[in-house]
Amino acid sequence: MIVGVPLPGPTVFGLDPLYTGGVGLAEVLITLFKVGVAFALLMVAVMLMIWFERKVISDMQNRIGPNLAGPFGILQTLADGIKLFFKEDLIPEKSDRLVFKLAPYLSLVPAFLVFAVVPVGGNFSGGNGRVSLFGHETFLQVADPPVGILLVLAMSSVAVYGVMLAGWSSGSKYPLLASVRASAQMVSYEAALGLSLAAVLLKSGSLSTNQIVSEQSVWNWNLWVTWVVPMVIFLIAATAELNRPPFDLVEAEQELVGGFHTEYSSIRFALFYLAEFMNMITMSAIVVTLFLGGPNGPDFTSVGWLSGVLWFFVKLMLFLFFFVWLRATLPRFRYDQLMDLGWKLLIPLSLGWLLVLASYDVAGDRGWNRAAAVIVALAIMAALASLLALALRAARQRRELDPQGEFV
Amino acid sequence: MSAPDTTVETATDEAVRRREDSAVLRIGEDDGERLEAEAGTSDTSMVMNMGPQHPSTHGVLRLMLEMEGETVMRSKPVIGYLHTGMEKTAETLTYLQGPTNVTRMDYASPLFSELAFSMATEALLGLELPPRATWIRMLMCELNRISSHLLFQATNGMDIGAVSMMIYGWREREEALRLLETITGLRMNHNYIRPGGVAADLPDGWRDEVLTLIDTLPARLNEFDTLLTGQPIYRERLQGVGVINTAECLALGVTGPILRSTGYVWDLRRDMPYLAYDQVEFDVVVGTYGDCFDRYAIRLNEIRESIRILAQILDQMPSGDYRVQDKKVTPPPRARIDESMEALIHHFKIFTEGFKVPAGEVYAAVESPRGELGCYMVSDGSAVPYRMHIRGPSFVNLQTLPHLMQGGMVADAVAIISSVDPIMGEVDR
Repeated sequence: MIVGVPLPGPTVFGLDPLYTGGVGLAEVLITLFKVGVAFALLMVAVMLMIWFERKVISDMQNRIGPNLAGPFGILQTLADGIKLFFKEDLIPEKSDRLVFKLAPYLSLVPAFLVFAVVPVGGNFSGGNGRVSLFGHETFLQVADPPVGILLVLAMSSVAVYGVMLAGWSSGSKYPLLASVRASAQMVSYEAALGLSLAAVLLKSGSLSTNQIVSEQSVWNWNLWVTWVVPMVIFLIAATAELNRPPFDLVEAEQELVGGFHTEYSSIRFALFYLAEFMNMITMSAIVVTLFLGGPNGPDFTSVGWLSGVLWFFVKLMLFLFFFVWLRATLPRFRYDQLMDLGWKLLIPLSLGWLLVLASYDVAGDRGWNRAAAVIVALAIMAALASLLALALRAARQRRELDPQGEFV
Repeated sequence: MSAPDTTVETATDEAVRRREDSAVLRIGEDDGERLEAEAGTSDTSMVMNMGPQHPSTHGVLRLMLEMEGETVMRSKPVIGYLHTGMEKTAETLTYLQGPTNVTRMDYASPLFSELAFSMATEALLGLELPPRATWIRMLMCELNRISSHLLFQATNGMDIGAVSMMIYGWREREEALRLLETITGLRMNHNYIRPGGVAADLPDGWRDEVLTLIDTLPARLNEFDTLLTGQPIYRERLQGVGVINTAECLALGVTGPILRSTGYVWDLRRDMPYLAYDQVEFDVVVGTYGDCFDRYAIRLNEIRESIRILAQILDQMPSGDYRVQDKKVTPPPRARIDESMEALIHHFKIFTEGFKVPAGEVYAAVESPRGELGCYMVSDGSAVPYRMHIRGPSFVNLQTLPHLMQGGMVADAVAIISSVDPIMGEVDR
């Protein structure tokens, strides 16, 4: 029997009880098993998600939608994938070939990696999320690094590169415009995303996803712990980060033809398509983890881990449906309106909210009157907001008086 | 002896010319790339081609946009990709064959082209139509106006990014088209309105079908209102975008919803009544700001006005003949051909060489969903027009594009093309 090698300090696998006794063959195999399951789960989920979106949108638009491949057309995505796989792979003459080939993977891989830190199940009411797998205690997530949430943010930043480089390397004007839009949009909304996330971190005091979920057990969800607003901001910013309608400027078909993937065909196009839906699933999973308590919920099954997985699935579907619903309903923003919303509303609001939450916590620690602290904080925020509004108005007036910027 | 002065304009001259204070990009149709290459990297603008293959140029419109970043500085519409020489073809077709030709111009509202053509021919012939023919024409035109405006609602929603609207608009349009099909036998290119009347009388049960349509449609239009009119993003995208004023519209010859959106009340149905529009009651919808939102709202409300007109037509539809009883113009009924030698001869003559039309020239105009649709016809006394010209409102309205787009963004350009609502078949003819 191979004796387990102890891991040096906290690693990427973090606090997973699987590795407390050192790493042996069994641990490696279990980890590989989890990786395989997560990969397969995500791939199947993407396949079903594309079908789900098409079906739901069809229903909303009085259409039938895919109904031929398999029961209820459920294999339509598979058929499309096979078709795309066998199509000719065109690389434009003016493109930067290496970057052009690299870009699809840059947007696909981060989507996978983010999913690795999402706890999809586990008994959090008493067991701290542990389940027993082949006789070993472990978490139902591939890895639980101590910097889990930072990893999520980092990966969503890397994903920007995929879109940006794809547009830039195509050597064509529409993708170039899309790539400019992409970099501006995703960088701007990353700020709002991070700031609304900070409210959660403030409350849970940890970056580890497992810890964050444990803190929310069973009904102590961050949704109301952080007073709803951060989740709304996070959801809006996430929609923009995902390039989903109404923020789908990057692939605005009516304006930029195909957006950043105009020049892509065959399997490379399929990879972008996959990545888009995979990001949607992982981002929904992140929202569920951060704000809706992940797998937390009353246990109604006798099997310990099943209830958590079911709760997680139900919450996930809620958000996935929400994204589809948005797409069927809303018109698209214009570029400048998108920037206005991000910089002038979401970022100040999430920053202000974070400070209000912080003042509430500080007041609690110091034994001050919490209500008074919050009211004072709100008053300061309101004053700052009006200052900001004044500054914006002054800037606008100056622009109108001096449109060429000659007398600045 | 020196060679003739063939100085090719240098890139800098052209660059200067492009900087003229004008909304129109004045460069050749294939000069974009060359100019960019010569201007080098210091020039921050680029010339982008939009169309003729593009998802939202409504067919084969091509636009050359000079852009700085996302902002459209100057633009140039390039047309002709759908040119099929219909006006020239008209010179070889008899007056009875004419509507088959013109109906293919504005394929979203074909009955109006047929009407303008027929009215011009009838004016040359000096024909007086039986009242039922007039009212049937009015009925058909208002149905067609509804279907055309519904198509606009669909594509406009689509172009702004509300994809569901496309399906909803088409669903409603389908009802109108189904009704047109019941009456004319075809969904488009009807060839129903012909010189001398219409092709056939209304079928049995038409009244019920029209009633069903005008009963169901208002509720659906209210749903459009719920989905889009009050939608903050939608309003943001359309209000203040593509603004034009009355003076500019008149200078460019613009008519239809674009002219009305500036607050100028001009509708041929009211101002130069034809058919029996002076006997029905309806409002001419006008806007205030001349922007894309006004044009959207005008078209939406014009559907409501058309429904009002349809209701009145249902009440007042006279009985009688659906075409004029002039044996030289109207083919005899099929049954008469077996009985009467004269009927056989008339039938033969009308369908082989056509009927002769007195020499002269005439201009007849109708208010199509897109504006003033006119037909100018010159006859030399033979059985085919000497010259036939259609004043297509889409063509004239298209001139506004550079002015509307200047200073806007690419997304605005798409919204503006949509709000001008050009039908390229009518532009290129």
